[in-house]
Amino acid sequence: MSVFDGLKFRKVYSPIHNLDPRMKFAYVIAIFVVAIIFYQVIPLLVLFFMQIPFVLLARVQRQWLRSLRGAAFLAAFIFIINVVTTYFTSGYTFTAINIENSTAMTLRFIVLVESFSVFFLTTSPDHLGLALEESRVPYEFAFAFTTAVRFVPVLAEEAQTIMDAQKARGLELEKGGLLKRIRNYIPILIPLIVSAIRRSLELAEAMESRAWGAAKKRTNLYSLKLHKGDFALLAITIGILALAVYAHFNVAVPTVSSLLGF
Amino acid sequence: MIVAENVWFSYPSKVEALKGVSLTINDGEFVAIMGQNGAGKSTFVKHFNGLLKPSRGVVRVDGVETTKSSVAALARNVGFVFQNPDHQLFSETVEEEIAFALKNFGFEKEVIEKRIEWALNLLSLTQYRKTSPFLLSGGERKRVALASVLAWDPQTLILDEPTIGQDHEQKEKLRQFIMQLQTQKKTVVVVTHDVEFVAECNPRVVLMKEGKIVADGVGKEILTDPPLLELSSIVLPQIAQVFTKLSELGLPKDVIDIYEAKNIILKAKESRHR
Amino acid sequence: MALIEIKNLTYTYPGASKPSINDVSLKVEKGEFVLITGPSGCGKTTLCRCFNGLVPHFYQGELKGEISVAGLDTLKHHTYEMAKHVGLVFQNPENQLFALSIEKDVAFGLENNGVDRVEMRRRVDEVLQQTGIYDIRERSPHEISGGQQQRVAIAAVLAMEPEIIVLDEPTSFLDPLSAQKIFEVIFKLNREQGITVILVEHRLDLTAKYTNHLIVMDEGKIRFEGDPRQILSNEETRLIGVGIPKATLLYQMLKKEGLNLNNATPLSSEELADQLLEALKVE
Repeated sequence: MSVFDGLKFRKVYSPIHNLDPRMKFAYVIAIFVVAIIFYQVIPLLVLFFMQIPFVLLARVQRQWLRSLRGAAFLAAFIFIINVVTTYFTSGYTFTAINIENSTAMTLRFIVLVESFSVFFLTTSPDHLGLALEESRVPYEFAFAFTTAVRFVPVLAEEAQTIMDAQKARGLELEKGGLLKRIRNYIPILIPLIVSAIRRSLELAEAMESRAWGAAKKRTNLYSLKLHKGDFALLAITIGILALAVYAHFNVAVPTVSSLLGF
Repeated sequence: MIVAENVWFSYPSKVEALKGVSLTINDGEFVAIMGQNGAGKSTFVKHFNGLLKPSRGVVRVDGVETTKSSVAALARNVGFVFQNPDHQLFSETVEEEIAFALKNFGFEKEVIEKRIEWALNLLSLTQYRKTSPFLLSGGERKRVALASVLAWDPQTLILDEPTIGQDHEQKEKLRQFIMQLQTQKKTVVVVTHDVEFVAECNPRVVLMKEGKIVADGVGKEILTDPPLLELSSIVLPQIAQVFTKLSELGLPKDVIDIYEAKNIILKAKESRHR
Repeated sequence: MALIEIKNLTYTYPGASKPSINDVSLKVEKGEFVLITGPSGCGKTTLCRCFNGLVPHFYQGELKGEISVAGLDTLKHHTYEMAKHVGLVFQNPENQLFALSIEKDVAFGLENNGVDRVEMRRRVDEVLQQTGIYDIRERSPHEISGGQQQRVAIAAVLAMEPEIIVLDEPTSFLDPLSAQKIFEVIFKLNREQGITVILVEHRLDLTAKYTNHLIVMDEGKIRFEGDPRQILSNEETRLIGVGIPKATLLYQMLKKEGLNLNNATPLSSEELADQLLEALKVE
């Protein structure tokens, strides 16, 4: 259940949710680029904290923390790998600067996770589908995307029902060795596949009956219009990029260890 | 015997599906559990074979608490036929489909052979023995699903919405089949909102609403109580509708059986003649 | 010319050994409420698919005979053209909704036809009101009940302003009260807007009262067609396996016992009750 609960987007209204997904995406890409340009702790820390107002405005702090927690294991892994490799490459010594660089690498990863999760936490699938439709992506792709989102919970429920139906006929999924356990899933997979095929046929039939492919140029019930907030976000995005590029070429970014006098 | 005592259940999504349900179903009883979609009917019956375990309260099947047993062990005595046969059919032939559960329960080869024969015969599927279930019609697939459960001869049979999408004749066959099981003292639990079907079968009716049992009694009583049924989004069976409208004639209102209806009306006519 | 005219239609699905529809001829006039019934596998679903050209365009197979719907030959016009004239509503509500919000789903056909946004908005709102789902228009199809889902499907075909709507067992997954409400919505569309309705149903107890053009199919053929009062009082109809409404059955039983009832076979409990009140009171 919990797996697809996360995929069920609940409609929430906040200044961030209402932003144009294309602008939000541009912002995320900008953060991504800036995070790649810098390899020092200080600018990456700045980037990290910069996302927090967005999270608070969108009121998704709880989900956001959960996604960060989800990334914690990978972050720790990145940190350790970095520390260990720099230990070997810098002549078998731990130096403050090595630790700092490893921290920066980890931070970079966290910033990426953070900004993408803000994007996905605040963009509804239909908004995203709409953005795809209004971009030059062929309509078929946008349609496939939204339909997939629509049917994920349905299929997950169906999988649960099939599992129940077979358990009720004495199937024990956890029984036997590895090979037997894999085989145990056959009575679940086959009905699931057959039913998905049946479903897609019925869907196709319904689409045909509703004039799929009638006009060369499709119209859309909704349209994405840029509002004040979107322009503000665009300005912020450009500002960040400009500042980052300027800083990258003209400012010697100090390291934490030098500031602390190591 | 199935005993549910003050059963509460909530899904991981925190939806409270059952709120203190108590019910005893004796061996050999025929019970229809009715109510609106989302009233908790399916959730409740899934407790009978341990597919769901109560968050609070107890369910006992033949004295065994379901929390202390596995689905596989409980299913041996409680067969469950799901609404959509496509959610369980997966074998290459009808025969293998029926054998699936028998193998899971560890029956011996010769016994399996006999049981297949018996189940095929019982549901008039013998001619399809070697056919793929996927090539059969909807009604036939439903019968294969039923056969694949009956094959292990469970004491209790749970049928989830067995009449959905079935035509009149298929429903009539199902009714006769349930009656046949009744003569063998099998327990049958049907989850349904098909009033006409229930009116014809006349079982004990348990009415659920929002996770609670709101009525429990004979069909004749419950299916002729308009305010009660309206609460559960159920319409009166047609015969009961007629008699509700005839109430000004002083005729009884609790009539659902067509033959009884005929006799009452003819008698009323006669008494007026005199 | 009638709104729908079918002449000697025979159709076989690809790979099937015998035809699903066998020499069917049929005429439906504008504004009619037609009810088609018959045992499972009698060919009624296949016939539905013929009305908007899913058969043969989507299903291929072999088709003989003539079929004209709203003046168009369905063999020559693709389903997307027919969709403007014939709206098809299917049995399973879940598999005919694909958008993430209800109003977007209702707009789907209009979007496909390239209708401009202002007009689209107007029509979508209108049909949402007509089917009583305006208040839930922003919800996702996953969050609403089966009855509501089926209303969305009806609204979605209505939005294209068809002359005909065809509904293939639209309520078999629904509880009786939701089913009754759906039938009332359909009946209202027929009566108030003159939309021609073709309804396929097993449950005649809920639907027989709406029609005066009943079609009973069996094994791909039309066995009976015409006045439901006459057809449903025919012994042979019952033998095919059609579920006669209980009120109609009771009427026949009473009549056989010599009870002096009106000659019009009742199709609903109301009609029977009225007749009985009459018969039992007079003397």
